[in-house]
Amino acid sequence: MIQMKMITNRFGKINPLSIDSYINLDGYKGLKKALSIHPTKIIDEIEKSKIRGRGGAGFPTHIKVRALSKQLGGKFIVCNADEGEPGNFKDRSILENDPHAVVEGMIILAYATGASKGYIYIRGEYQNAIKIMKATIKAAEEKKLLGDKILNKSFSFKIEIRSGAGSYVCGEEFSLIESIEGKPGRSRTKPPFPTEKGIHDLPTLINNVETFANFPHIILMGGEEFAKIGTPSSTGTKLISLSGNVKNKGLYEVPFGTSIRDVIFKLGKGVKNNRKIKMVQLGGASGPLIPEYMLDMSIDFDRFENFDSKTGTGAIIVIDDRFDLFDVLLINMKFFVHQSCGKCAPCREGHVQIVNLLNKFINHRATEKDLMSIENLANVIQQTSLCGLGQTSMTSIISSLRYFRDDYLSKVRY
Amino acid sequence: MVHFKINNIDVTCDDNTTILEAARKNHIDIPTLCNYPDLEIKSECRVCVVEINGQKRLFTSCSTAAKEGMIIQTNSPRVLNARKTIIELILANHDANCAVCPKNLNCELQALANKLGIDENRFPTVLEVKPIDNHNPVLIRNINRCIKCGRCIDVCNNVQAMGVLDVMGRSNTIEITPAFGKYLSDEFCVFCGQCASVCPVGAIIERDDTDQVWEAINNPNFHVIVQVAPAVRVSLGEELGMEPGSIVTEKVIAALKYLGFDAVYDTDFAADLTIMEEGTELIGRIMNGGTLPMMTSCCPGWISYAEQKYPEILDHISTCKSPQQMFGTLAKSYYAEKTSLDAKNIFVVSIMPCTAKKYEAQRIEMSIDNVNPDVDVVLTTRELGKMIRQMGINFENIKEMPFDLPFGITTGAAAIFGATGGVMEAALRSVYEIVNEKELTDLNFKSVRGLEGLKEAEVELGGQLVKVAVAHTLGNAKIMCEQVKAGTSPYTFIEIMCCPGGCIGGGGQPYGTTKEVRQKRMDAIYQVDESMTIRKSHKNPDILALYKDYLEKPNSQKAHHLLHTHYHSRNK
Repeated sequence: MIQMKMITNRFGKINPLSIDSYINLDGYKGLKKALSIHPTKIIDEIEKSKIRGRGGAGFPTHIKVRALSKQLGGKFIVCNADEGEPGNFKDRSILENDPHAVVEGMIILAYATGASKGYIYIRGEYQNAIKIMKATIKAAEEKKLLGDKILNKSFSFKIEIRSGAGSYVCGEEFSLIESIEGKPGRSRTKPPFPTEKGIHDLPTLINNVETFANFPHIILMGGEEFAKIGTPSSTGTKLISLSGNVKNKGLYEVPFGTSIRDVIFKLGKGVKNNRKIKMVQLGGASGPLIPEYMLDMSIDFDRFENFDSKTGTGAIIVIDDRFDLFDVLLINMKFFVHQSCGKCAPCREGHVQIVNLLNKFINHRATEKDLMSIENLANVIQQTSLCGLGQTSMTSIISSLRYFRDDYLSKVRY
Repeated sequence: MVHFKINNIDVTCDDNTTILEAARKNHIDIPTLCNYPDLEIKSECRVCVVEINGQKRLFTSCSTAAKEGMIIQTNSPRVLNARKTIIELILANHDANCAVCPKNLNCELQALANKLGIDENRFPTVLEVKPIDNHNPVLIRNINRCIKCGRCIDVCNNVQAMGVLDVMGRSNTIEITPAFGKYLSDEFCVFCGQCASVCPVGAIIERDDTDQVWEAINNPNFHVIVQVAPAVRVSLGEELGMEPGSIVTEKVIAALKYLGFDAVYDTDFAADLTIMEEGTELIGRIMNGGTLPMMTSCCPGWISYAEQKYPEILDHISTCKSPQQMFGTLAKSYYAEKTSLDAKNIFVVSIMPCTAKKYEAQRIEMSIDNVNPDVDVVLTTRELGKMIRQMGINFENIKEMPFDLPFGITTGAAAIFGATGGVMEAALRSVYEIVNEKELTDLNFKSVRGLEGLKEAEVELGGQLVKVAVAHTLGNAKIMCEQVKAGTSPYTFIEIMCCPGGCIGGGGQPYGTTKEVRQKRMDAIYQVDESMTIRKSHKNPDILALYKDYLEKPNSQKAHHLLHTHYHSRNK
């Protein structure tokens, strides 16, 4: 048993549009339990669970939650459902298959932190998920699970759906906040961080869909019990979006610590036509490219930190030996040229030059100087960009320069 | 207090001090590009990055607070390389034809490239040349030079509360532009030129009218006269390499004569005349139950703003033309008669600290013969500096000269028109004495001086206390206008200037105008005032002679015809 169904347990067993079928399968039990506990105790449980953010960066969730709970006055909770990272479809799967789990997680967190307003920011392309979430909120309101005096407690919480026009950068927390405010998605200077000054300059906590879906489980089983799942540094389960040249593509849930190789070969049943794996991209377009011999690496935030990237989204894209490294890099980098918001100079002007340099390699016109240039530029973009986009977009370049350097050298003209 | 190290030097600073501020206080230079002293921290150019021990990424020193125990390197190889790379990237998407750019040698990007030792760009140009917006008489936007630092957006939105400019598009094709890529002239732009003043490169610049002036000077049919605004005499020196706040009145006159102008006059004379007309109008409104509060009308940026955003309060604005336009009208009427010249052959040039004056001079109301403008060409302080450089004049050592007659005598009251609060103070000096029929014991209305955004004072007029207010920047003007519109304004008289600090901080002033520089120019203005023999407009013998000789009395029918105007709603 590699799979462990916790977040995906209800998938296919319930009608996502029926709140009753959710309630019949333990739905809103976590919330009821949470409302009987003191809010600070809930945050203690979250801390004990050692859960880390599922959006990719793996930031310890309890730090953000506690920071928000200490803020006085109006504050917001945001569910980041702007799943724009290529190769990821886990958030959409949760929204479409078990939407109330996300709402329940948000209500628990609102109660724990004293927030009275929440937003679910859903990627514009996810029209079906938007429709489902709207119906979900309405159903929850009708059952007095959302709105004023939730379950007759003196606690109120409302959720609104917001959506962008499909810009990738709106998944970045400050761009998302700007977008919720009705402005174009462009990041802000940090600090102050969102938990200090977020939407309309009020404290704001942003978590990923999958993170929210974990809260009911943490409350029901208790933080300590939750922390026993996975590894000491990464607790709980992880949803994996497996795609590319594998036989069984799809969504899988595994406990942290599972190896990438097991996911590809045991769950994905290996590469189509039994071809060789040329490389695997982890996390999505902003994740590292690793060679076949590294596949025994386990799925664990601490391991992923080596790549300075959003590897933790859980996407695994398998690329077999029919493909050239530069095909993959060019697709990735053209994507970032299009998706950069244009606010900070290195990201705005850097990506287009990276594409220029890649084209030199592709056309066999690159020199040793170009190799130095691409390495230098990738590092400058990563180290100096304003937001997570530019800070992670170079991961595939930087990792491939480490693990596939021969591919570069083979294209260099001497 | 926090203690940390920059480049191995022990540094102590207050909590919440940025690394950049702390470094500068300790004489450690960190280059910046999007940063501008009076504006918000943007951290967009990423040029000011530094290395902090234990951190993988580099951090922008402008936005990162220094923390206890930090070890910071501002010039490590990694930092220097990153800065250089970023500037090269910016240059690759910039129209870098430096030698033919008006900002040549005044360009912050150019200076930075030089400082960082860039003599070759590793990156090919990716610039896609786009059309230039030159569809208005004042400002030219060349987005091919724009480096998207965001300063113009900041000053337009946050200082002037106009919001004409913003970012459009994304990635390397973003443009800073009026909404939907329209022209400035399509929008609510008042042409204050603050965007041009803070632009680090040549992306927004005033329209260069110096060629027209050279042509007029070299045309034997024209009698070319020039007027110099109050704020120019404390800033032109700065444009030509002298210290900010240098008083160069007589040097300006000499330089203008050297350039070939037939006569050089002082806008201060028209400012004194403005006080006579506006003061009389104010007294009339108070005595006869006219519309109050009355608001000043000297500033064309403010007039455009009111016409566009607050057409319902136009009655509150004094009908007096601005000093520039009063001078223009007199030049083409009184002066023409006196010199027996045909008004058509008199070519009037103004030297102004202002870009909006270019627009004002072209308003159809500002022409007494309804054909030719009263003021033919307006040059900014910067444009005059350019002409002086073109002629190779050694400005600092030029032999000083006095203004020409008949508009020779001016007062301290007129001189202070150049600073925020100056028009108010000048008006109060005269109105007080005329209404109360007694002499002021202290001429200095200190409460209306200084760089604070909103100032107020109380004055006794005819036995009652009246409140007056002074506002500068359109952001503050908006506050005043909202009160007036709502009928809740407690004031009788309000002075409004569009630019921060008043005309001394105008959009046509030398580049690098900051709060510190404004203060120096302002101090110089009050120094000019102190040094004048006459410091009240109604005591100016030449003004009194002009009324006796030509205009009859303040607010006479003739004065109204020549020196007053009316405003129109321009609400788009």
